[in-house]
Amino acid sequence: MAAITYRDALNQALREEMQRDESVFLMGEDIGVWGGSFVVTQGLYKEFGERRVRDTPISEDGFVGAGIGAALAGLRPVVEIMTINFSLLATDQIVNSAAKMRYMFGGNAKVPIVIRMPGGGGHQLGAQHSQSLEVWYANIPGLIVVAPAVPADAKGLLKAAIRDDNPVIFIENEGLYTTKGDVPEEEYLTPLGKADVKRVGRDVSIVTHSRMVLLALQAADELAKEGIEAEVVDLRSLRPLDVATISASVHKTNHAVVLEEGWGSYGITAEVAATIYEVAFDYLDAPLVRISGVEVPMPYNLKMEKACIPNLEQVVTGAKKTLGKAA
Amino acid sequence: MALQTKSADSALQQHSRDELLALHRTMLLNRRFEEKVGEMYTRSKIGGFLHLNIGEEGAFVGAIRALQPGDYVFSTYREHGHAITQGVEPRRVMAELFGRVDGTSKGRGGSMHLFDAQKRFMGGYAIVAGSIALAVGVSLACVYRGTDEIVMSLFGDGATNNGTFHESMNLAKVWNLPVVFVCVNNQYGMGTAVDRASAVSEMYRKAAGYDIPAERVDGMDVIATLDAARKAADFVRQEKTPYFLEALTYRYRGHSMADPQNYRTKEEIEEWRHRDAIESFRKRLRDAALASEQDFAEHEAEVERVVQEAVDFADASREPDPATELLDNAYVGDIPVSWR
Repeated sequence: MAAITYRDALNQALREEMQRDESVFLMGEDIGVWGGSFVVTQGLYKEFGERRVRDTPISEDGFVGAGIGAALAGLRPVVEIMTINFSLLATDQIVNSAAKMRYMFGGNAKVPIVIRMPGGGGHQLGAQHSQSLEVWYANIPGLIVVAPAVPADAKGLLKAAIRDDNPVIFIENEGLYTTKGDVPEEEYLTPLGKADVKRVGRDVSIVTHSRMVLLALQAADELAKEGIEAEVVDLRSLRPLDVATISASVHKTNHAVVLEEGWGSYGITAEVAATIYEVAFDYLDAPLVRISGVEVPMPYNLKMEKACIPNLEQVVTGAKKTLGKAA
Repeated sequence: MALQTKSADSALQQHSRDELLALHRTMLLNRRFEEKVGEMYTRSKIGGFLHLNIGEEGAFVGAIRALQPGDYVFSTYREHGHAITQGVEPRRVMAELFGRVDGTSKGRGGSMHLFDAQKRFMGGYAIVAGSIALAVGVSLACVYRGTDEIVMSLFGDGATNNGTFHESMNLAKVWNLPVVFVCVNNQYGMGTAVDRASAVSEMYRKAAGYDIPAERVDGMDVIATLDAARKAADFVRQEKTPYFLEALTYRYRGHSMADPQNYRTKEEIEEWRHRDAIESFRKRLRDAALASEQDFAEHEAEVERVVQEAVDFADASREPDPATELLDNAYVGDIPVSWR
């Protein structure tokens, strides 16, 4: 195992799948000559050429629609949208075309596309560049939505997404690209639709996804100092949701904190909380705690922005609260 | 628009009699099919929205018949005739309208979502302009694979005011993709006349913004439309670059079956009916002694048989079963739609 960055893990996944399958190609804004805004596609243009690494105009609705068309024709496009904020310009194609075509055409069509996009805040990029909108896509039948937190999952899930015959929305996070983690050297795939227990614990389950998994692990370290063993459940897949893993964890710990970077109202935490109440109500010893981003457009000022994003203290306090150990 | 004289219909003379008769038969089939569909709607055999294309036959038959086997067609929600002209069986279209399992989309799509990949009819789509970007994507796949196939994207005048149209035109040109854009200009986006909705009332002029060669043709003249579309298809196939064709036409019926018809006059409708693509084509065939009333009568009988058979087939097909089939094809493979 070698420790590599989340960015390099994605890059390896793309390279390996492009080498393996001629029908895999990339499209996106400045992914070719430039190497990608977040440098995920660096080196691929040089290695595979412009036929397979296609720079697009700033035209999200158009090039996402074109990617979906290419997938309908049997290719396996991996489309990068520079950030999730810009994906709103392509929601018609994602929601009305990609997600619908298989069912709406009676199973006679398939759309094997992967649409990658990073979300998240924390870089003083202001209200229009700092959103966590994955719930918009997780709400849509016909899509698969994944959001890996660590390099190993980033690589394994991207390879699995590329090989899957369904449209997959692949959510990255701007704050994760430079984080490092061990990645197996041999070929592997991470199954879509399966959560992963990133830390085993007996006292409280912290259920979350993407960058907040790292915060939850930090919180678990802090809690351990006080003798509280937190279990961290990384959802990895938002649609379909792995209810079995969530349920098993809460059945064991009898306490839950649900955490997300984005807005909680009607959010991922809303869905996960409702799920826990449906499948594990009798196992809960106390009401669960929901922690999510403050519900304002993201402010630019650094202190203001930090105040919007869930932090270590909130998670630690939240875990203690559900355990009846509030300070 | 080509000038025609009674004495020498040179446009007509350049086509074989078989081809001319096939054009007549296809237009007539689509006309009678849509009339029957309208009737079935009033008898509640068909639900939802229904957009008939009666009046537009010269435009879409001329355009689609210019394609070769293997070429792709993308359409809109006014697409029954587009599908049939591309070779989709009328009975499978009718079964879809009836919501039955033998429909092109197994009853899950309906009037606006016909689909037949074998015939390369790549679908009817109900978001105005949405399918244009998809068509560009299939043409990208053609280039990626190095095939000679091309894509025809049909849309209405209303779509040209939408951003997806403009983004798609730009992509097709900047990437040099083999797509024929066909604007079936029936002069109204629902009830809003073209010149009340579009800064430019000749649709083909919009292609100039993307340096895409373009022309306008009389969509009530099936021969002129076929000739222009063939020229466009040849150009696109050879040059691997897009072309824009505008076919000026008219729909006699409402936008859908629910239409107040308060946005145009009876006189205007009559004026266009007077230029009817099928009637005017029959006159030309008769004048050139290429077809007789007997030929037309034979076509009527044949078409009536096909349409009736389509209704019988649709009637005999079963409805999908919500108890056992509701979740079929939500995903490829065993992805659950929900854990609940």
